[in-house]
Amino acid sequence: MGIVLDKLPGVCGVLPGGAGVLAASDEVVNWARKRSVWPVTFGLACCAIEMMAAYAARFDTDRLGIFPRPSPRQADLLIIAGTVVKKMAEPIVQIFHQMPEPRWVLSLGSCSNCGGPYYDSYSVVKGVDKIIPVDVYVAGCPPRPEALIYGILELQKKIEKMSLARGAGATAQIETGPRRYD
Amino acid sequence: MTPAPLRTDQLFVNLGPQHPSTHGVLRVGLTLEGEVIMRAEPDIGYLHRGTEKLSEIRGWNQLVALSDRWDYCNAMGNNLAYCLAAEKLLTVEVPERAQHLRAVMCELNRIASHLIFFGTFGIDIGAFTPFLHAFREREMLLDLFESCTGARLTYNYIRIGGVMRDLPKGWPDLCREFLEFFKPRLQEYDTLLSFNPIFLDRTKTVGHISRESALNWGVSGPNLRASGVKADVRKLDPYCLYAKYDFEIPVGKTGCCWDRYYCRMLEIKESVRIVEQALGLLADGPVMAKGVAKILKPAPGESYGHVEAARGDLGVHLISDGNTAPYRLHVRAPSFMNLQILQELLVGQRMSDVIAILGSIDIVLGEVDR
Ligand code: SF4
Repeated sequence: MGIVLDKLPGVCGVLPGGAGVLAASDEVVNWARKRSVWPVTFGLACCAIEMMAAYAARFDTDRLGIFPRPSPRQADLLIIAGTVVKKMAEPIVQIFHQMPEPRWVLSLGSCSNCGGPYYDSYSVVKGVDKIIPVDVYVAGCPPRPEALIYGILELQKKIEKMSLARGAGATAQIETGPRRYD
Repeated sequence: MTPAPLRTDQLFVNLGPQHPSTHGVLRVGLTLEGEVIMRAEPDIGYLHRGTEKLSEIRGWNQLVALSDRWDYCNAMGNNLAYCLAAEKLLTVEVPERAQHLRAVMCELNRIASHLIFFGTFGIDIGAFTPFLHAFREREMLLDLFESCTGARLTYNYIRIGGVMRDLPKGWPDLCREFLEFFKPRLQEYDTLLSFNPIFLDRTKTVGHISRESALNWGVSGPNLRASGVKADVRKLDPYCLYAKYDFEIPVGKTGCCWDRYYCRMLEIKESVRIVEQALGLLADGPVMAKGVAKILKPAPGESYGHVEAARGDLGVHLISDGNTAPYRLHVRAPSFMNLQILQELLVGQRMSDVIAILGSIDIVLGEVDR
């Protein structure tokens, strides 16, 4: 499917009326993607407990099509739930690259937004956006499950605006090379 | 012609740091000979946030907020351990009502923490439904916490000298209502998981910790009691007003995974009893000691306070040099101690039992790494 979608803009672009076909397929593809955002089961710290609560009985994110997957290779969304420390930074980048495109990243909680209560700690990465691109930030320490759901609804709005003609879903690639995490 | 002998080799497997069943970010390096584990090396530090160093910068009162985040499933216990140590340094007398409130909150938090264990252990073994049941009840508990402290997970409620504020109106009745609702649920959990034949098969025969090795490795909490040692800080070195409450200490027999699991389920029952008694003993009065300043400067000295947190004996060692922040804070984290035994426990077990054993130890990485 991915290959078809990748080729589609090139094929349709040269045909008469191709733009119309592309716009129509955008609608279908975005509709499908938006309603099946599958996050990786990946918790780092305290915020992960609230993430679990969001998957569980009361908040039940299943009704939004959000269904946690244990492997990054089956997932679309990486929820960074908790403190990113320097030792964990490398594995997180690896997990991010293991996910198939299109992929999105949601930073849950003050720690992964900016360091949170550990803003002056020697071992904490001050914001996960220093190492991978982030689509949605959810504030709080920890954010309530409602906040996580709101964040995902915002992400759905973002997905709605994607277009195949503009290379849908390819999140900005980060440059490789030596990285600094502080 | 005889076939060439099969060549076997040892295999190194990384479990984690991203694995749904490591309960956070733990890496275990496993050396396998076929299905059997020859060597297991836990690799920690993926959540090292430098709390102990930060404590030397933050003020005495601010540290309560950081202590919430050691063992985030059991934040009240952490608050209490820190406050007990700090109160010893400051020689503050905590009013009686606050003492009872502390006990109520700690025990409710223990229930919430064990419910998380119950749910996630079920998932580890392959039973998803208990997770939903556990979180249904836990949400009700969190509502109680929220109405009193304003937070769902990191409460910051127990402060040096007492507690943050008194209970809202009608809270004890709500709490009793919840306990009445909750007691029959424990029966439901037993039918759902505890005595489920598949669950018994997977947990009864693996992960035995003998009494001696549990003591030698410094294991504490339900993990130690499951091996038959009747050790509980609430009884051995009572803090707050635990000496006044009547409760049992459940112990296991063989120290297998199921014993560790069931010890916790029995502990929930005892916690319910304690909460009921403490609520009954609540008398009107202040909830904060007089004369606790906003900026504290305890006299130079050392103190140690420990409590029975949900995962074991949580101790805090404080050294003061008379400044606005501790000179040194050290946490004796029960999860850190409990984790060590994996090196011995996993050897000789099968690959498929690793998750069951890891889950039954019930570690929280925030506390292991701090
Ligand atoms: S933002 Fe707060 S609750 Fe979330 S991981 Fe950081 S310290 Fe924990």
